[in-house]
Amino acid sequence: MDLNDTPEQAAYREKVRAWLEANKLQAPPRSGSSEDGAYIASRRAWQRRLAEAGLAGVTWPREYGGQGLGPIEQVTVNQEISRADVPGILDVIGIGMLGPCLIAHGTEEQKSRYLGPMLHGDEVWCQLFSEPGAGSDLAAVQTRALRNGDRGWMLSGQKVWTTNAQFASFGLLLARTDPDVPKHKGLTMFIVPMDADGVSVRGLRQISGEAEFNEVFLDNVPLDEDAVVGGVGNGWATALTVLMFERLTIGFGSENFGSPARLSELIASDRAARQDAEVRRRLGHVITELLAVRFNGYRALTMLARGQIPGTEAGLAKVTMVNSAVVATDLAADVIGPEALDADSDWSYLISFLPGLKSAGGTEQILRNTIGERVLGLPAEPRLDKGMPFSELRAKEREAVAP
Amino acid sequence: MNFALSDEQVLLREAARGALSRHKTVEAAREALEDPRALPDLWPLAVEAGWPGLLIGEEHGGAGLDAFDALLVAEECGRVLAAVPLLGLLPATAILDAAGDSSLGAVAAGDLRPAYVPARPPSELEQGWTVQPRSGFARAEAPHASVEGAEVVLEGEVAFVPDAPGASLLVAIGEDRDGSPVAAAVSADAPGLSVDAVTRYDSTRSLGHVAFASARGRLLGVGADVLADAWYLAHALIAAESLGGVQTCLDVSVAYAKERFTFGRAIGSYQSIKHELTEILRQLENARGLQYYAGWARQSAPDEFPLAASAARSAAGHALDSAARSMINIHGGIGATWEHDAPLFFRRAQLSRRLLGGTEDATDRVAEQSLLAAAPA
Ligand SMILES: Cc1cc2nc3c(=O)[nH]c(=O)nc-3n(C[C@H](O)[C@H](O)[C@H](O)COP(=O)(O)OP(=O)(O)OC[C@H]3O[C@@H](n4cnc5c(N)ncnc54)[C@H](O)[C@@H]3O)c2cc1C
Repeated sequence: MDLNDTPEQAAYREKVRAWLEANKLQAPPRSGSSEDGAYIASRRAWQRRLAEAGLAGVTWPREYGGQGLGPIEQVTVNQEISRADVPGILDVIGIGMLGPCLIAHGTEEQKSRYLGPMLHGDEVWCQLFSEPGAGSDLAAVQTRALRNGDRGWMLSGQKVWTTNAQFASFGLLLARTDPDVPKHKGLTMFIVPMDADGVSVRGLRQISGEAEFNEVFLDNVPLDEDAVVGGVGNGWATALTVLMFERLTIGFGSENFGSPARLSELIASDRAARQDAEVRRRLGHVITELLAVRFNGYRALTMLARGQIPGTEAGLAKVTMVNSAVVATDLAADVIGPEALDADSDWSYLISFLPGLKSAGGTEQILRNTIGERVLGLPAEPRLDKGMPFSELRAKEREAVAP
Repeated sequence: MNFALSDEQVLLREAARGALSRHKTVEAAREALEDPRALPDLWPLAVEAGWPGLLIGEEHGGAGLDAFDALLVAEECGRVLAAVPLLGLLPATAILDAAGDSSLGAVAAGDLRPAYVPARPPSELEQGWTVQPRSGFARAEAPHASVEGAEVVLEGEVAFVPDAPGASLLVAIGEDRDGSPVAAAVSADAPGLSVDAVTRYDSTRSLGHVAFASARGRLLGVGADVLADAWYLAHALIAAESLGGVQTCLDVSVAYAKERFTFGRAIGSYQSIKHELTEILRQLENARGLQYYAGWARQSAPDEFPLAASAARSAAGHALDSAARSMINIHGGIGATWEHDAPLFFRRAQLSRRLLGGTEDATDRVAEQSLLAAAPA
């Protein structure tokens, strides 16, 4: 049991810290509007600098421009970036989830074409998975990819909740290539250039008023044969790789969503709140939960460093993290009063963001189903879609709700 | 970074589990509801396993292990409701060890059984060392202590002291006239000392009201930091013991959810049952992360130990509370009867949450430690 750095880890931390110290004046502010082109450009430039310094794609293999280091070094970098009070990489979805999927399932040509520009922020990526009719039940996607004569594919359909699509260069898209087999079987993963003919992006305003995610319409978008990732009909397995990395990205290292230090500072400096038993009780509970997230994060990190994948534990961490962040921001706003909801307050963005975060990356109900079945071995949920060709399933569903 | 059990720790845990499995502790807990004498004396087991000397330095005949290891043992005891007097024993040995007391050899060998008489360190909202009252919301003042040479004379009462009945040595804390805490080792047969044995609700928990009427003890030369550490160690121990209980509640409930059928399906396939079970798991895992934190902090970051131990207590206390209720709920009618083990864990939870200042006092302490870290009072 040891939370301290080994001498090598300490040396690595020192190196990272020194670089950040020397370069932090060039960093853009930690937050800004995702609709502000100049701000996004500054974040891309900063990601490029981080990448050149070896602080992006820390765990990516060296041959693809990464550092070939372990999860512990990645966490060290995250810690030092947050200590330096500078923003991290812009393209968390690309580098954390989609790049690793390309590394696992992509062809050599795809890897050498896409990974470098992704790492350096020259080309930002988005995840084109969810649709109006397929979120939790992701395998129900209806976006169709049809053979386009003898060259490539033609894509039609609609994606939704696509974070960063407004400035992304590419998207990784899950589409149906065969509706006549059961739904998990007829899927294929594609790389879609966001500037291709027939792609249009429309921002969706979130609770905060900002539009960080989008609807993406695909109207006869032509794709080359080499747009396929991981093989035709193998889209579900490819998607699962992304979802695994998504859980790791969201589940751990995110204790800070609850802003425990900021919350404690707020209450410590408000005399009446500090002495109020109820405020203290709420604070004590939420700090307890956030500490648990932090130390379970260390347990998971130990597993990762040993080559094990703490996938389901990450799901529990996400549930705790999101719920305690909600409790923490509620408490902060109760202490401050209506002023906390002012657009310029430190808390209002988080207060608006968290309700959606409950759904992003797997809703609490879905995570609990998965954990109940995979970790506790409980019997599966009843389902009516097993083994049925997707084309018939849609008809059955319509039948079920017909008056 | 390495936040997992070592091979030695895994062995220690397995050994504890093995030793405890030779006694029918859960059955004994049920029988003891009607006849307290049915409880087996597990002290010989503890002595054989070397638990009295867990936290005593090797130079005094102990094993010189960390709190981390002690917490693993407490967890195993909690799993099977074993009435091993660790809660009284281990914080007492921590104080005796820090004082280099002459009793250490005999304690480590198991010839003397000490019990810690808890006193709560002052807090931002409540000055002075306080102790558990017999009844009521206000905490009682710690016994008054006057030092006479190498002796301390104590005057006062501490209610609901874990493992006090039958202990041969009480490690008590009083406040002197200046409000400083003073520790004393009081022999069980000292004139003026009385231990009034009580049980409340949980048949496995031996408690005593300890009264000092000018009782004399040996002065233990330790500072307030050691006495505060003992308080938090007791919290970490009750947390670990509770966590063990949560694990059993979960295991038993999961097994039942797979074998009990209604409307043609196993009840574990119904989402409200499935999600209730994952909630026990979530709270269990959180409590475990915090138990590791507490065990690690006491050794490697003592400044954080009050925060870590209080968080562990708060998390595990609530986890046992809700796990015991869930176990009853998931078992339906039988869960509410003596036919089942669920009430035994429920009783354990109900009493534990009200001992040692109560679970919510630990929650307040978490808040206080965070506030102090943010800005000193
Ligand atoms: C901020 C944000 C960013 C996002 N970014 C992206 C992105 O970049 N790319 C992308 O592809 N997607 C993204 N998403 C979409 C996200 O993955 C989905 O919202 C999520 O998977 C839920 O799907 P849904 O919205 O269709 O809800 P639904 O699946 O329709 O769920 C509706 C409700 O029903 C419940 N429910 C559904 N099935 C079950 C069941 N079996 N048992 C119990 N309850 C059930 C859910 O828990 C939920 O409460 C984002 C979402 C948010 C909020």
